[in-house]
Amino acid sequence: MANKTISVTVNGGSKTSEVEPRRLLVHWIREALGLTGTHVGCDTSSCGACTVLLDGTPVKSCTMFAVQADGRRVTTVEGLQQDGKLHPIQEGFKEEHGLQCGFCTPGMMLMGAALLEENPDPSEDDVRWAISGNLCRCTGYQNIVKSVQWAAKRAASEQPGAHA
Amino acid sequence: MIPSAFEYEVAENPQHAIELLNNFGDEAKILAGGHSLLPLMKLRFAAPTALVDIGRIRDLSYVRDGGDHMAIGAGTVYEDVHNNNDLVRQCPIVAHTAGEVGDPQVRHRGTIGGSVAHGDPASDLPTVLLALDATMVVQSAEGERTIPAGDFFKGIFETALGPQNLLTEIRVPKVPDHGWSYQKFHHRAQDWATVGVAAVVQRSNGSIGGARIALTSMGETPLRAGAVEQALAGGADPAEASQQADEGTNPVSDPLGSSEYRKEMAKVFTRRALEEALSR
Ligand SMILES: Cc1cc2nc3c(=O)[nH]c(=O)nc-3n(C[C@H](O)[C@H](O)[C@H](O)COP(=O)(O)OP(=O)(O)OC[C@H]3O[C@@H](n4cnc5c(N)ncnc54)[C@H](O)[C@@H]3O)c2cc1C
Ligand code: FES
Ligand code: FES
Repeated sequence: MANKTISVTVNGGSKTSEVEPRRLLVHWIREALGLTGTHVGCDTSSCGACTVLLDGTPVKSCTMFAVQADGRRVTTVEGLQQDGKLHPIQEGFKEEHGLQCGFCTPGMMLMGAALLEENPDPSEDDVRWAISGNLCRCTGYQNIVKSVQWAAKRAASEQPGAHA
Repeated sequence: MIPSAFEYEVAENPQHAIELLNNFGDEAKILAGGHSLLPLMKLRFAAPTALVDIGRIRDLSYVRDGGDHMAIGAGTVYEDVHNNNDLVRQCPIVAHTAGEVGDPQVRHRGTIGGSVAHGDPASDLPTVLLALDATMVVQSAEGERTIPAGDFFKGIFETALGPQNLLTEIRVPKVPDHGWSYQKFHHRAQDWATVGVAAVVQRSNGSIGGARIALTSMGETPLRAGAVEQALAGGADPAEASQQADEGTNPVSDPLGSSEYRKEMAKVFTRRALEEALSR
């Protein structure tokens, strides 16, 4: 079976590899690129721990082949931080204790970051709907919701011209 | 879990997809969003020798006004179906139901055509398309043909599509003045339907002039609730008529619910669907 060469922009940098077509995107990210922040929870498309952003949109990287990402942009949890500065969503999870074991956290933070791009001031319902494809076995979700809303407030206060 | 090995080619356009399918032979499959196919391949319930990726064909992703109907490209992902304002106006039940499928990540990848082609009786959109009497447009080396939803779904994972057939478009009637409802009874936000009921009704003087009702997860294919439709045509009110929602159904028993339970819930949610359809 013929291998394929793929080029994917991962967290802003171009990555080129030869892959077997059956290689799952999550395995390529974790094993070929060594970015182990993307987790495999269920491996059955149910838990969202493997969530990454594909051209800015959250998808489950266990339910995609790496070849399907060829020519596209992937953001993993490692790409949230910019120039050594935490993304507001990362600060939010820290401030509001949005994690316990941390296994679901990369997926939750990427869902939160994508939500804030579309909806800078989400209600509790908006956040819960956004994370409906992500399971957390520890927190009971309460603090995850608070973390995302904390991040929304922080991002708003960082806007140029915003009143803190 | 790792699928068995396969050849992979990207189709540039619908014609190219059909050529690739014919070249690869009967064990090849189309890959659209992959959200039914990948899970099956990982479990090795499916082991195609080749995949033809139609996910990059722009010409398959659209919602267009077709005059008396709205035309939806088979490769349109749920999220785009859900957010299309023309559909929201002309055929709101389709836009609404696309937003009820799975979870956000699934809706970003899964396509309406993949859902129809897969033929899973637990899927939501096929039920809605049956209630609407939608038309499927299919291309093959022999040319194009159209198949009404009522003739399309043949059995569990079985449709009127042949191995080298490409579903290209789904045509749904414009029904801006009809009442409608899709009742998805499920345990958690992102679950599959234990039972689903689609109702599209014509109102006359505040009661039902005519109704088309279809059921999810109540048999081997999405099913029309013919007995309910007839009872309504004979003058029964929604509460009475919905008592016949289980007629001719044969639901499975699984962890989401027993067959008996599903039959009872079909009645309850048919009544709710009719009541909601009448109210909007
Ligand atoms: C976690 C999870 C939850 C889900 N929940 C729901 C739910 O609540 N309700 C629901 O309805 N669905 C649900 N689904 C299924 C989802 O809707 C799938 O996306 C959809 O059924 C298949 O679409 P796809 O584009 O992913 O198709 P694929 O998986 O790529 O293909 C499915 C099948 O159809 C064939 N095919 C695809 N496109 C075409 C075409 N244009 N012409 C001919 N053949 C084609 C393929 O060869 C394959 O056999 C869920 C899936 C997951 C992973
Ligand atoms: S590991 Fe991908 S959804 Fe659970
Ligand atoms: S913090 Fe443990 S799974 Fe969410």
